Amino acid sequence: MTATTSTSAAPATPAPLVDATRDDASLRRFLLGLPGVDQVGVEQRAAGLGTRSIKKDAKRWAIDTAISMVDLTTLEGADTRGKVRALAAKAVRPDPERQDTPRVAAVCVYPDMVATAVEALKGSGVHVASVATGFPAGRTSREIKLADTKIAVEAGAHEVDMVIDRGAFLEGRYMDVFEEIRAIKAACGDAHLKVILETGELATYDNVRRASWLALLAGGDFIKTSTGKVSPAATLPVTHIMLQAVHDWHVQTGELRGVKPAGGIRTTKDAIKYLVAVHEVAGEPWLTPDLFRFGASSLLNDLLLQRRTQVDGHYSGPDYVTVD
Amino acid sequence: MPVFEYAPAPESRAIANLKDAYKPFVNGEFVDGSGEPLKTINPATEEVLAEVGTASKSDVDIAVKAARKAFTGVWSKMPGTERAKYLFRIARLIQERSRELAVLESLDNGKPIKESRDSDVPTAAAHFFYHAGWADKLDYAGYGPSPRPLGVAGQIIPWNFPLLMLAWKIAPALATGNTVVLKPAETTPLTALVFAEICQQAELPPGVVNILPGAGDIGASIVEHGDIDKIAFTGSTEVGKAIQRQVAGTPKKLTLELGGKAANIVFEDAPLDQAVEGIVNGIFFNQGHVCCAGSRLLVQESIAEEVLEKLRYRVSTLRIGDPLDKNTDIGAINSAEQLAKIRGLVEAGDAEGAQRWTSPCPVPDRGFFFAPTVFANVHQSMRIAREEIFGPVLSVLTFRTPDEAVAKANNTPYGLSAGIWTEKGSRILWMANQLRAGVVWANTFNRFDPTAPFGGYQESGFGREGGRTGLEAYLNV
Repeated sequence: MTATTSTSAAPATPAPLVDATRDDASLRRFLLGLPGVDQVGVEQRAAGLGTRSIKKDAKRWAIDTAISMVDLTTLEGADTRGKVRALAAKAVRPDPERQDTPRVAAVCVYPDMVATAVEALKGSGVHVASVATGFPAGRTSREIKLADTKIAVEAGAHEVDMVIDRGAFLEGRYMDVFEEIRAIKAACGDAHLKVILETGELATYDNVRRASWLALLAGGDFIKTSTGKVSPAATLPVTHIMLQAVHDWHVQTGELRGVKPAGGIRTTKDAIKYLVAVHEVAGEPWLTPDLFRFGASSLLNDLLLQRRTQVDGHYSGPDYVTVD
Repeated sequence: MPVFEYAPAPESRAIANLKDAYKPFVNGEFVDGSGEPLKTINPATEEVLAEVGTASKSDVDIAVKAARKAFTGVWSKMPGTERAKYLFRIARLIQERSRELAVLESLDNGKPIKESRDSDVPTAAAHFFYHAGWADKLDYAGYGPSPRPLGVAGQIIPWNFPLLMLAWKIAPALATGNTVVLKPAETTPLTALVFAEICQQAELPPGVVNILPGAGDIGASIVEHGDIDKIAFTGSTEVGKAIQRQVAGTPKKLTLELGGKAANIVFEDAPLDQAVEGIVNGIFFNQGHVCCAGSRLLVQESIAEEVLEKLRYRVSTLRIGDPLDKNTDIGAINSAEQLAKIRGLVEAGDAEGAQRWTSPCPVPDRGFFFAPTVFANVHQSMRIAREEIFGPVLSVLTFRTPDEAVAKANNTPYGLSAGIWTEKGSRILWMANQLRAGVVWANTFNRFDPTAPFGGYQESGFGREGGRTGLEAYLNV
């Protein structure tokens, strides 16, 4: 079994790191050779950065930037076309009474809802993202995951959010995880691939770092914390580690890859803390929806309320934003 | 590309309740000292903050007499449970007035508000709480059935942590039944004089705590005074040596906490990103005005380039500026004199051929500021590897093996602290046993706690402050 036969369409690993993925043993050596993460240290740094002062102009800028980074998400068994259309409308015009409100980055749905979302968002510039690959557990065969991906891409998804096989990762079968990501990336065609690590199930910060590098090596365009179905979902320290990984990746390869925390980010205050981390850990170039996203369903309304508060000078209340 | 500009968030200087004039505190009262008044300035703006009355030699004598009277008449006779009540009261008052103290400290010293607010003031309160707990338990501290206080303690503290160093000195002295005459540093006397107000508020018996602002001559008068039983000094090695000479041959007990040139040792298997944080915290905390600062980075050669690259990126994100702004990571250098010393040593680094890198962060035009600086290619034979710079300047050296790391780390006249960064627990324990330093941190740096004894080897001084060991320095055992 080699890495190249089944995944010829996926991009090549950048030259400085090509040796890392030569075979099972070298991949293992590479991942286990990454510097460890000190839990106390990373949590302290995350807490420290959470105290930067973001007010007035800085806050207005941060709120608009955060809105433009939202992947507005509905991932329920009860999703209907009506619900997806409503969400799409909100994605394009988050605040109907404030036309200068930026639109969100994408609408994120299950594969069977992609066609509906694409239709509803046609010409709006809002992307359609789809969780393919047996979301959220991913406990199905490679064939079904690839088929899931193809369904989403053929229906017009611009972005695919895949879940990694946490079981294989925790068993130490890194090459299996690597090849699966490569295969899905190849199946994505032009669509961007976001690799969900489900950091809550990886349990340790060392694992988060290894999984981040594994996903980057395999060609993931984004690394994403969580499905939102497992607790804990996104946390600031975990996001710090992932931001550090894309920063280090850039230093080594010159490539820019993105990060997407998802699940549990509900308030503007939290979102702004994440933006500070993006700014200071990864760096200024990552302050764009091309390289940073929020996976969220309820965050947007709080951002809109806070935006109104900043613009109007008073708080308007939850009845002044739409419920979708 | 938009730029993420943080909003300035300065604390109001009104919180400091700054007065035009401050006076020495003797026998429970603020008195007119007979020394020349000094002006204390805000190092971030070079503006005069207040005029401070100073003591003269005769005032030292009056203060020592008051302390002696309080010692024999009240304080040493008081049951430990009663002394504890006063210490708890002081601790709570420091907490109650913590914002005022933090802002005042940042104004007078130049340190960032987030450090005075989150580190200095809470740790000062913690020292009083901790020692209050000991005051009634000294008979069970392991020094024998009834350890006795020494008497009057003369204490001289530096300008880098004005309130915290005061707490380190006064809390154990009072807990063990001693009374004190304390001299704060010439450039940072203000929080000590607000602490005197706190002593009044706590209704501490007159004379138990006396605070005499002044310059080195007042410190010398305290040291040479015949009726003082113990001298505790924190400051430069040079002054420490002079004090030791003066005290030699007298019955006075002495503890010295002096300079340092700590090694922060990073092995190739370290948690690198957190090691970089630890390096930054080790040398740029409090503008590097920390006697135990990790000013010598010893990094394993195999990862030296990588660590330097990460370090430069991280350091370039540090924000230097208004100490009262909560976004500020690095504040002002305490005095023009200190700034000149730092510049002199940095020039020496250039002249000796070390490779200087300075953070591109914007630096205020007014006030005493020095941009964070990292010297690479530093060798043991350079001045910047041997002398304490006491500023935001890091010297980076490399090593190849654990033995070499130990040899280089110990190759210094100092020995206050050290840091070890490795994921290998056995190596941490082995290194900690080899290093001649009073404090050895593992995978962290600059952590302080009243329960942990702190002190030095060699030219970093002797005696310990904090913990059970620290009590011993104020007891006849």
